[in-house]
Amino acid sequence: MLTFVAGRLLSLIASLAVASLVIFALVEVIPGDPAAFMLGLNADPAAIDALRTEMGLDQPKVVRYFSWAGGMLTGDFGTSLTYKTPVAQMVADRLWVSLPLAIYALILSTVIAIPVGVLAAARRGRAADIGVMGVTQLGVAVPNFWFAMILVFVFAIQLGWFSAGGFPGWQGGVWPAVKALTLPAISLALPQAAILARVMRSSLIDMLGEDFIRTARAKGLTQRQVLWRHGFRNALIPVLTILGLQFAFLIAGGIIIEQVFYIPGIGRLIFQAISSRDLITVESVVMLLVFAVIVVNFAVDVAYAAVDPRLRRR
Amino acid sequence: MTKAKLWLAAASALALSAGMALAQDALTIGMQLEPPNLDPTGGAAEAIDSVVYLNIFQGLTRFMSDGSVEPLLATGWDVSADGLVWTFALQAGVTFHDGTAFDAEDVKFSLDRARAEDSTNAQKALFAQIADVTVIDPMTVQVTLSQPNGALPFNLAWGDAVIVAPETAATNATAPVGTGPYRFGQWVQGDRVELVRNDSYWGDAPPIGMATMRFISDPSAAFAAVMAGDVDVFSGYPAPENLAQFQADPTFQVLVGSTEGETILSTNNLAPPFDNILVRQALAHAIDRQAIIDGAMFGYGTPIGTHFAPHNPAYVDLTAQSAYDPDMARALLAEAGFPDGFATTLKLPPPSYARRGGEILAAQLREVGIEAEITNVEWAQWIDEVFLAKNFDLTIVSHTEPMDIGIYANPDYYFQYNSPGFQATMTALTAASDPAERTALMQAAQQQIADDYVNGYLFQLAALTVAKAGVQGLWANAPVAAMDLSAISWAQ
Repeated sequence: MLTFVAGRLLSLIASLAVASLVIFALVEVIPGDPAAFMLGLNADPAAIDALRTEMGLDQPKVVRYFSWAGGMLTGDFGTSLTYKTPVAQMVADRLWVSLPLAIYALILSTVIAIPVGVLAAARRGRAADIGVMGVTQLGVAVPNFWFAMILVFVFAIQLGWFSAGGFPGWQGGVWPAVKALTLPAISLALPQAAILARVMRSSLIDMLGEDFIRTARAKGLTQRQVLWRHGFRNALIPVLTILGLQFAFLIAGGIIIEQVFYIPGIGRLIFQAISSRDLITVESVVMLLVFAVIVVNFAVDVAYAAVDPRLRRR
Repeated sequence: MTKAKLWLAAASALALSAGMALAQDALTIGMQLEPPNLDPTGGAAEAIDSVVYLNIFQGLTRFMSDGSVEPLLATGWDVSADGLVWTFALQAGVTFHDGTAFDAEDVKFSLDRARAEDSTNAQKALFAQIADVTVIDPMTVQVTLSQPNGALPFNLAWGDAVIVAPETAATNATAPVGTGPYRFGQWVQGDRVELVRNDSYWGDAPPIGMATMRFISDPSAAFAAVMAGDVDVFSGYPAPENLAQFQADPTFQVLVGSTEGETILSTNNLAPPFDNILVRQALAHAIDRQAIIDGAMFGYGTPIGTHFAPHNPAYVDLTAQSAYDPDMARALLAEAGFPDGFATTLKLPPPSYARRGGEILAAQLREVGIEAEITNVEWAQWIDEVFLAKNFDLTIVSHTEPMDIGIYANPDYYFQYNSPGFQATMTALTAASDPAERTALMQAAQQQIADDYVNGYLFQLAALTVAKAGVQGLWANAPVAAMDLSAISWAQ
């Protein structure tokens, strides 16, 4: 197990190093100068040059890469070119919104998807299964932002139960914050739940066809015991994979939902930073997202190995 | 707690919140764009001015809602006979939000900082004629110009010319300190800025005690926020398609005003075939302005025939000179040597006037044989490729700076119009201080660029504001980016 983890850790570090190079190169290549963007159409060329110097953009790219990458290693993510605030602080502020939102959505989607998937598998081919398949097909097809707009229309405009968007912050109490995140979390969770339920169902159906299930039945276990003790546990591996992928998606993929509900999360930060060419913020936030995805994948790999000892030997 | 008691508690909580709502000195304003920082002297973003101009920061003069200029931190001024020496008398009893007193030294510091060699002021040209700023006494400051400039009070009214204190100038980006009726509360980045009434304000106390500015960029989210009552006012409302719904609803009011945004089909005057005036003239006659206003802006916008705001008293309506006439456009193209038309490119920045308007415009150009290939670009890319590198044929953009016809005098400006005659008119305008003479020169300038068909002139952007019915004192027009909170109150 230890060598397995060590090997995974090495590949994690290599991926991060490569990712940092690719991100820096990509951000540098996109056209657009942050200083010219900030000063607008009437700017004096001398003022733009002065601002470029102030921002440190007049230094060679190699120097900037190493000062950025080196800073990241020591936990210094740089200072935003436009907001003039440390990137680490902005990210921390935004994570307090995006992370709870992602976790909220993940819990919702798991709580919905797993029972539904198990139900569909257990009642395979019957009305419940057909119903679940139909609804989840719809859930996969409908884009989450459209779903979000419908939720806003019904629950914010018509019924007035929720605000149409915005986030009051945690200092005003847990309940108002959770309430503000509810509609966004539902719109993020439902399409994810649809995918997850389908994976749960097909994985469990595959498992229920295996020889060891028949053996378990033959030794006298009830249908229910077989389903939960043997089938369900083994069927969880592909579900875990999807869950890991989804968590990364929920953090990064919240960009659109955060726009629809105007929530000040990571997605909105990165959206604004890209359009204003806040290079250092884009680089650092994208790097953090990559870091999160790679670490989650690492955790999922380790979780596999914990669930299934055979994987450790690879 | 019994169930009855719970209900009682809930009811009293409701009554309490209703009581608070009655006091109504709080206002929530929706805006589309979030400012990148809060220092109006260090960036061109209009969103900065929308939040801080007139509220936190004040200049020697200010813009009114009709675009006129009035004294603010200056009580008045005297001009020497040669128009070179301006002596400003300053408002007494003014303090900055940090408690320090405002005096002539602050004025000298602010103006010297804006025009300095290493200044990062986005409108440095406003201060170009200032040769020297001298403190006469704490309440008097003298500005000496290198050449007469009748527009000095106008220039000093800009958000880029506000007076800042030397102690706080460096930190205004995140913690702005000014002399205005509101002080900075907090900024939750990505979400909102809160301003609170400045109780030691030198002028009249404003009715609104606490203002929250929320940043909602998505048009459908803006619609939902207004409908759900999350915002009391939405300034610069981005979804004209559903304004009719608010107009029909008595609990809302819709304000349609004018802006300084001349929306033009900017043409690279040095890129063939647009270096030929016949081609530019053909282009002008190929455009059906009303179709673009109706299709892209849902009818909101005023057709223009030159680069000047229609609400300005000096405006000349020249739309007839470039009236929609596709046959004439085809004839002009044939005369220019393009009987079968030609292919060109059209770069479109993100706003809907450009993206939607561009699609309609391309279809109109196709009618006369011009195939415009559309490329959508982001703002940063637009500034880089179109504005700085001048690597474009056609683009659609709204020039929102007030009184900006002077850009045509700069041959290096991105559409690269070089006319010594026009440049002479502008030089004369800068020196002129007689109002009648200024008006005549401004009208001559409008005529010159229309005669040269420099760009395709489309329409003046409309200022759209949606608010709850009880909000009064809102600016219908947007002569500059501003949200003058001190003028706003709730109807009793």
